[in-house]
Amino acid sequence: MKIRNKGEMEKNELNMTSMIDIVFLLLVFFVMTFKIVEMEGDFSVRMPLGESSGVPDPTDLPLKLRLTSDADGRLASMSLNDISLGTDFPQLQANVISLIGNTAPVEGEDGPEIEIDSDYNLRYENVIDAITAVSGYKDGNQVVKLIEKIKFAKPRR
Amino acid sequence: MRVKSKKPDLAQGDLTPMIDMTFQLIAFFMVLINFAQTEANDRVVLPSSKLVKPPEVALEFPIILHVAQDGEIVLGGDEFTVETLRIGLQREMSVIKAEGKTANDANVVIRAHQDTAMGDVQEVIRVAQEQNLINFALRVKEDNR
Repeated sequence: MKIRNKGEMEKNELNMTSMIDIVFLLLVFFVMTFKIVEMEGDFSVRMPLGESSGVPDPTDLPLKLRLTSDADGRLASMSLNDISLGTDFPQLQANVISLIGNTAPVEGEDGPEIEIDSDYNLRYENVIDAITAVSGYKDGNQVVKLIEKIKFAKPRR
Repeated sequence: MRVKSKKPDLAQGDLTPMIDMTFQLIAFFMVLINFAQTEANDRVVLPSSKLVKPPEVALEFPIILHVAQDGEIVLGGDEFTVETLRIGLQREMSVIKAEGKTANDANVVIRAHQDTAMGDVQEVIRVAQEQNLINFALRVKEDNR
């Protein structure tokens, strides 16, 4: 006697294997190439040739920041207009504020200027820390600007 | 008469949630992937600063100089030293001049490693100044701490 199985219906199943293979390959590709983007910004410096070595105008002398390094390139000492500050960046900032008079924002070209004179082998990171300290500070989310005109003295060999 | 089906039992798992999750992961990574990181260089770890913010408008005519820890300079994929950088900068300047612009319109973006000697960075600036470039941007990481 022939018995028909009524419960079994013909299933037309799609073969998913190849799709899953490709999908996993894509996933692995994106996971391997994923890199968290770090936000970057700039300190703008306008430095025409000769300005740092030219004859200084006695009426408009820039502040002079001297940075010295030890043999390993670490910051050894700082002095602002011959005032020794050790390696204390908040102290540097406080001195800049007292020297330029006020913490009020200054307008571009007319603001005070600072000349950074660093030892040749001083690590760049320390100079950026010094630039950060003299450029301004954060008051909540607002940035209060101090000195915008920055220039570098001739490299010391 | 009872007839037993001879077909073996196939324990088929439901793949739908797994595929859903996988597609979501792919979508996540696709959205976050940044192909525009051509400015970055593996040899350079930037110093960080609390004051900088990502620029709202991109710099015009940027000349990006990567300064590695040993003082070697990478410009447009080519490696230079302070002595040979002039050649690379002249090449960039000819491109800028071909677009009817001058050196004053160009911006030199210096991406120096945090442990590079400052003197090396100053030498790079000096060479760029000799090419009449005056606008410099010292690139640093944003420090949100």
